[in-house]
Amino acid sequence: MSLDITKIREDFPILGQTINGHPLGYLDNAATSQKPTVVINAVKDYYEKINANVHRGAHTLSEQATEEYEKTRKKIQRFINANHSDEIIYTSGTTESINLVAASYGRANLQPGDEILITALEHHSNIVPWQLICEQTGAVLKVAPINEKGEVIVEDFKKALNSKTKIAAFSHISNALGTINPVKEMTALAHEYNAVVLIDGAQALPFMQVDVQSIGCDFYTGSGHKLFAPTGIGFLYGKAELLNAMPPYKGGGEMINQVSFAKTTYAALPYKFEAGTPNIAGAIGLGHAIDYLMSLGQEAITAYEDDLLAYATAKAEAMPGITIIGTANNKASILSMVLDGIHAHDVGTILDHQGIAVRTGHHCAMPVMKFFKVAATVRASFVFYNTKEEIDALFVGLKKVQEMFGRG
Amino acid sequence: MDDLQALYQEVIIDHGTKPRNQGLLENCSHQAEGFNPLCGDELMLYFDTENDVITEVKFSGEGCAISTASASLMSQFLIGKTLAEAQAAGEEFTDMTVNTPNEAHENLGKLTILAGVNKYPSRVKCATLSWHTLQAAIDKSSQPVTTE
Repeated sequence: MSLDITKIREDFPILGQTINGHPLGYLDNAATSQKPTVVINAVKDYYEKINANVHRGAHTLSEQATEEYEKTRKKIQRFINANHSDEIIYTSGTTESINLVAASYGRANLQPGDEILITALEHHSNIVPWQLICEQTGAVLKVAPINEKGEVIVEDFKKALNSKTKIAAFSHISNALGTINPVKEMTALAHEYNAVVLIDGAQALPFMQVDVQSIGCDFYTGSGHKLFAPTGIGFLYGKAELLNAMPPYKGGGEMINQVSFAKTTYAALPYKFEAGTPNIAGAIGLGHAIDYLMSLGQEAITAYEDDLLAYATAKAEAMPGITIIGTANNKASILSMVLDGIHAHDVGTILDHQGIAVRTGHHCAMPVMKFFKVAATVRASFVFYNTKEEIDALFVGLKKVQEMFGRG
Repeated sequence: MDDLQALYQEVIIDHGTKPRNQGLLENCSHQAEGFNPLCGDELMLYFDTENDVITEVKFSGEGCAISTASASLMSQFLIGKTLAEAQAAGEEFTDMTVNTPNEAHENLGKLTILAGVNKYPSRVKCATLSWHTLQAAIDKSSQPVTTE
């Protein structure tokens, strides 16, 4: 089934506006996605009709809020094909999810000399939490290299694994380059050494069908705001046996069973990890965003976005003075570029003047930039509401940048 | 002239793509490292003084046209200035880019061409990085200074 893009664009009120006198071309979806009316209305409805704390009061509003809030947990479960909704822990997003695993699983299981293996493609949020836990436990962080195309060298990833590897953590899709990693194969390799596997799914969930049981990973993380839902809500998927054995990550209300000053016993999954009043409206919004995505169909979304990427890639390749950074064989709809002799930030400002929003900078992936010996890139990232006309406008804009810098 | 043309005037493109005084000064009297953690811009600034007057300035690093042009223009501006004059110019330059872009700022001479950055809050730090770094060099700070 193909997508009706005109109709889809009407579902996103923000897309209709003009920026600096030009129609908005929002090509910064890998940073955060826009929100459809159904999500915006779900958040509004929650505050207008059922705002109450969840899992607490015996009153009608609390019960209604709790029901809506818990519905999303089941939707996430189905969306990523988890075995049970108790395996879905609400967090503020991928960053918190990774920190949760690093702090809780890491502190309980890592000994001095143990190893954590990541890849050279990672976002800072899949580097720094591991560095912090290494400092606390004496574990050692190892990094599997990438090749000139920006692909993890699976052979080297395999060689970096050994009996000391306790955790392997890698992205499903690179936010800086768009590379889709062979996560199933990498997971199986890590499991040969009994390492637990965490996959950062922030970029993958909006782009492709994800099945955590098929991949076989132990942990998988997601961010609502990249998935057409509000900011400040996301999740951690973890296998129940691992989550059950892990100590709580935060202390507070909701996560307890019995509290006394002598001893506190903890709540069962998933609440053990959910201390404090959560982002209820965000969670409800996320549920509606997942419904929306599923109504479009993940396969149709991937096919359309693949087509946009191919179109934009061909344009970039045909234009003098532009180099694509990240040319993996298997890529999501992220196009990172550098312009000869022109810094990415100047490109970003000049494109903004033409209504085009792209990300410019190091994309919270400074080691990736260092590998390619660039300070920053211009990153255009496309989703199902983007059009070929917007991509045309992007390249008209890039041409204007080159002209302003005397390189036209 | 629209805001964009005001920002990317010929002088800025010229200094941004062909910066003056690039390089390093060995055994100089003052040096410091500046860093903009949000965008990754880096700047090493070196200068020599004689009786408190700046005699030679060099810089190296990686940055956008705005930050490179700002460092290049600053390097030319500083030669012959006392440390006190340099420091005062830095304060006035920062004030111009943040608060008072439309005032004359006669003391700043050619540097006023960077006033247009005021319209672009995310780029103000590109223009002020070199001046933050200058202050760190005057203070003889051994820690890299950041714009944050």
